[in-house]
Amino acid sequence: MLKYITKRLIYSAIILVFVMFLIYVLMYNMPSGYIETKARELASRPGATKSYTEWLSDLNAQYGMDKGVVEGYFVWVGNAVRGNWGDSWVWTIPVTEEFHNTVWFSFILGLISFIFEIIIAIPLGIVAARKQYSFADYFTTVFAMVSISLPTFFLATVLKYVFSVKLGWFDISGMQGRYYGTLSPFGKFLDVAHHFVLPSITLIVLSIGGLMRYTRTNMLEVLNSDYIRTARAKGVPEKTVINHHAFRNTMIPLITTLGGSLPGLFSGALITETLFAIRGIGFASYNSMVQADIPFTMFYLAFISILTLLGNLISDLLYGVVDPRVRLS
Amino acid sequence: MAENEKKTAVGEDIVLEVRNLVKWFPIKAGFIKRTVGNVRAVDGVSFKIRRGETMGLVGESGCGKSTCGRTILRLLEKTSGDIIFNGQDISLLSKEELRKIRPQMQIVFQDPYSSLSPRLPIGEIIGEAVREHEIVPKEEYEDYITRVMAVCGLPEYYKERYPHEFSGGQRQRICIARALALSPEFIVCDEPVSALDVSIQAQIINLLKQLQDEFNLTYLFISHDLSVVEHISDSVGVMYLGTMVEYAPTEKIFANPLNPYTKALFSAIPVPDPDVQINRIILEGSIPSPANPPAGCKFHTRCAHCMEVCKYAVPEWHEVEPEHFCACHLYNTPAMQDAAYKVMHEAKEKEAVSQKGKK
Repeated sequence: MLKYITKRLIYSAIILVFVMFLIYVLMYNMPSGYIETKARELASRPGATKSYTEWLSDLNAQYGMDKGVVEGYFVWVGNAVRGNWGDSWVWTIPVTEEFHNTVWFSFILGLISFIFEIIIAIPLGIVAARKQYSFADYFTTVFAMVSISLPTFFLATVLKYVFSVKLGWFDISGMQGRYYGTLSPFGKFLDVAHHFVLPSITLIVLSIGGLMRYTRTNMLEVLNSDYIRTARAKGVPEKTVINHHAFRNTMIPLITTLGGSLPGLFSGALITETLFAIRGIGFASYNSMVQADIPFTMFYLAFISILTLLGNLISDLLYGVVDPRVRLS
Repeated sequence: MAENEKKTAVGEDIVLEVRNLVKWFPIKAGFIKRTVGNVRAVDGVSFKIRRGETMGLVGESGCGKSTCGRTILRLLEKTSGDIIFNGQDISLLSKEELRKIRPQMQIVFQDPYSSLSPRLPIGEIIGEAVREHEIVPKEEYEDYITRVMAVCGLPEYYKERYPHEFSGGQRQRICIARALALSPEFIVCDEPVSALDVSIQAQIINLLKQLQDEFNLTYLFISHDLSVVEHISDSVGVMYLGTMVEYAPTEKIFANPLNPYTKALFSAIPVPDPDVQINRIILEGSIPSPANPPAGCKFHTRCAHCMEVCKYAVPEWHEVEPEHFCACHLYNTPAMQDAAYKVMHEAKEKEAVSQKGKK
């Protein structure tokens, strides 16, 4: 087992090196990158002493981008391995600091919606499968289709219109209320929680559909199998049949999906965060990418890549836990 | 007490009696799921099985054998008819009452690959329901499972293993051990060997026979393999398109099949001797759809002996010889013949009237 994990980790590291190289090449070759934009801006200032090309070579040297793509990449890798991820070009602070400032808002938002997604979608999927072709089944199916098809911005706007504009229960956007500064620590917590309600609902509603359909499909497949018929013929109570026999076998495919959600917890929700003005990592990564902030983007994508690889490894290991057929000897 | 008296009065110990069992699957169509028709999977089947005996149920694929077996155990709900198990109509039981008597009637499925949950170890598969129904006291539980496994030729250390580690034959042994662990009286064997290798088939069949002798089990043995049925059964029922066409003790039915369908079916049994000339009766056409079965005798579309009356009148199920039942107009008594002709003439008159009306 340990040998298997070590092997997988080594493979993951190799994959990571190549993935990051690809990203680096893309960022490096981005048209009108951060340095070019900066050089053009400095050269066109009134009273500029240097021309655009002069500024360009100057800045390239300063930012360490004059080494060529391969060497530049290995310099980045060398620093990254030592834990030096560099300073963000856009925010001019260490990338880890900017990351730390934003990621927790996204994580909390992601975690809340992830938990609710699971506790709502999975039971609904099971109910829909157990009562196939019933009213409950059709209702959840329609709801799932709506949930899958709704665009984020539309749902967010509708929620804002109903609950903020018409009912006035929530602020329309932002993370803090007007009197945030005057509140006690617990009051501050409640205030932020209050502002997280609508974004969470948006994310939950949008994510439920897929998982519910997935649970339903898998559950149906299991419920129609012979061993469920066997369990019923044995005279096992229906509750045990569903929970013990059917759901456990449904869990096998579910685990992979959920293992794949690990990076999703940290990657942030770009559109939702933007619409509700939440300073999360999704919004920050978007800004860093459009402004070609190489250090921050590299750090962010490296982080997401590591999580994705880890997520895969974890779901493969969990497979072994829930499915004896793939258990490694 | 009353039950016992009834048994002695009849003079035989009937474990299971099925009377006019009907199972239709509705065909639904359209937005509001209107029932537009029925697939008549089982359409009026009756038989009795005595304690300690095996009844073979044979027929082509899709003739309703398995549906019949599953409906008897109420794994499917019947449409109508009576299922009397040990003198009790089990179709009247509530879900909880039914669950309580489940151990007495078990089933072994055709496919040993899909009928074992991949997530449970063998010991748990066999033992789960034993615990649930408290077949043995807690202290004896482990011993009991080991013993049941040993009887079915499974060593004790298999308990911790999972189904995927076993071959088809071993899996079928596990399925049998699972059924046996509940100390049932009656087991439906739903094509238990057709998914297995021929050499393994013999082992499983012999295991079933041996268990029957040891525990006085009663089997309903569903199969399309006539040689297997001949080997294991005490009596045989032949089904065609949801109805029973012939039923008799094994020796009688194999020595002297009455119904033309049974004759055709039995003529297809391969003989392991290349010099023997087999007079195969080849049936024309294919089996009609059970959603729209032919009128009159269901077999008349393919029968070599089809008469005019077969197209209109449903043949009556009756005892042609002692203990030999058959539904075919060829064996009608004079009274039944008259009744059948009456039905035919009435049907013809109706047809004529409706055609006149059209003109």
